[in-house]
Amino acid sequence: MTAVAPTAGASVPLMPSGPSLLTRAHWAVTDTLTITRRNLLVWMRVPAYIMFTVIQPVMFVLLFRYVFGGAIQVPGVKGGYVNFLLPGIIGQTAAFATFGTAIALAQELQKGVIDRLKSMPMARSAVLAGRLVADTIRMFVTIVIVVGVGYAVGFRFENGVGLAIAMIVLATVFGLAICCISAYTGLAIGDEESVQAFGLIWLFPLTFLSSAFVPISSMPGWLQAFANNQPVTYVINVMRSMALGGPIAADLWKSIAWLAGIFIVFAPLAVRAYKRAN
Amino acid sequence: MSAPSAGPAILVEGLTKSFGEVRALRGIDLTVPRGTVLGVLGPNGAGKTTAVRILTTLLLPDGGRALVEGYDVVRQAAAVRRTIGLSGQSAAIQEELTGRENLEIVGRLYHLSWPDARSRAAELLEQFGLSDAANRAAKTYSGGMQRRLDLAASLVGRPKVLFLDEPTTGLDPRSRLGMWDIIRSLVASGTTLLLTTQYLDEADELANEIAVIDHGQVIALGTSENLKGRVGGDVLEFTVPDRNKVTDAAEAIARIGEGEPHVDKETGVINVGVGGRGSEALVEAVRSLDAAGVQTQGLALRRPSLDDVFLALTGHAAEEDGEPGGGKRRKRRGRRSGGSDAGKAVSS
Repeated sequence: MTAVAPTAGASVPLMPSGPSLLTRAHWAVTDTLTITRRNLLVWMRVPAYIMFTVIQPVMFVLLFRYVFGGAIQVPGVKGGYVNFLLPGIIGQTAAFATFGTAIALAQELQKGVIDRLKSMPMARSAVLAGRLVADTIRMFVTIVIVVGVGYAVGFRFENGVGLAIAMIVLATVFGLAICCISAYTGLAIGDEESVQAFGLIWLFPLTFLSSAFVPISSMPGWLQAFANNQPVTYVINVMRSMALGGPIAADLWKSIAWLAGIFIVFAPLAVRAYKRAN
Repeated sequence: MSAPSAGPAILVEGLTKSFGEVRALRGIDLTVPRGTVLGVLGPNGAGKTTAVRILTTLLLPDGGRALVEGYDVVRQAAAVRRTIGLSGQSAAIQEELTGRENLEIVGRLYHLSWPDARSRAAELLEQFGLSDAANRAAKTYSGGMQRRLDLAASLVGRPKVLFLDEPTTGLDPRSRLGMWDIIRSLVASGTTLLLTTQYLDEADELANEIAVIDHGQVIALGTSENLKGRVGGDVLEFTVPDRNKVTDAAEAIARIGEGEPHVDKETGVINVGVGGRGSEALVEAVRSLDAAGVQTQGLALRRPSLDDVFLALTGHAAEEDGEPGGGKRRKRRGRRSGGSDAGKAVSS
């Protein structure tokens, strides 16, 4: 049917010059946007996803603000526990939002959606990129909602609009880094239920054994050693200082180093897992 | 084969693939002329899906080569992807989205403009009888509708070569017939089709040529009629209701058939190829069984089915995998006529 067809067993025909580099770059962007749009549509159609991304974080805010909050002492924090809590909840929310990333990728793998997409002439990078973009948007929406609910229950940014925005940006970048880890686990494990179980195993300790909900000084010594030196604590300390005032620089550099390290390790791992996935 | 200027749509030579210790493909050769249907028939685990995954660029082969529309699936994978469509064993659709949205998104990913993606989606929904359900979430669809939507998605890019991996597995009989009609109309419009199936009647119904695959090898290749010819004419079949008499019955007709009778001790079904001596053999069988004092049900002569072919070729029935038990172990003539040579002997 085409002019290039060779006879059986003859040498391989020259590939038609194919789309130019510029066209392919354009397609990489539009394909990513198409996948992003698809993922956001799916997210809005499923009540359970909305529940997971909106209701659960709000419940965490209310639970810690009104149930545990009274018992947790945070001496020297301007505005008391609710101010201490909100940056922590936001960090935890961003990390937990990536459950969705891992589960969605595992589902797509199981259902053969990724096979279908890989057999199409679309940009190969778009499935992962679109997933990360959509999940970052989703995460950002959740963070904004949590800030809103925080304001309703007494939280206030004490350090100016600029640093408030910087805190939200940092939380989003942090979430994106965790997203890369989750994307990798989702693709590497490839089974929805195992992915979910595995997510609990690493995400819960990582977020709760940090400065997110309580001052680390209230933990037993051996736990402090871990909690003081893990990335979630660095990031949340910086977010807290951005929101409420306090030293930023030292932990900011450690946070940046950790986040950069996570991107450098897990983004290529996720890409490799996607290429190998079957 | 077709004219030299127009090479085959699919050409596979010596394709091998192993997963660790498991040799999924042990050197497969296939040729699919343009506009024809090749049915790849084999039990679960025979290597059908592995072959399809290599041909659709999802998996790299260990050895051999494969060309689709003249493009090498390894070195020219991007070009291959522009010419193919794939519909796999499960419906690879986004269930939360509507049928229309699913197809529009696929259209966009084939780089159609929005208006083109919309009109292509509408066209396919109409063609596949999904217009009424177009704006409903795909998860509300029946299994048959989901598979039709999946097939429609594989056609958005107007592929020259379509791969259908077990397109009717898990469908009820009515949906299956509906799917067959759709597949026939696709083929009528000139699409080359490679179809894998575990169902012998499906290959019989849809394919111009059938490649029988077992344990990663093509063990026979030919038209449905060719393959049936290998069994040796008609088949005499009957059921022995009294299971204690099954062996007696088998002995009674052993002299009548060409080759050993096939006996299923569980169901009491016995069949034997009788070549061209159909009615003569039938009369002999009635006498001989009567003399042996065996009562039978449904004694009849029939044209061989692909089940018989599979049994003749592999020594086990098609829809089971691995070790056949009991009477199914019986070898029949032609079992070890061996590998791809056997295939070439039957083809053309």
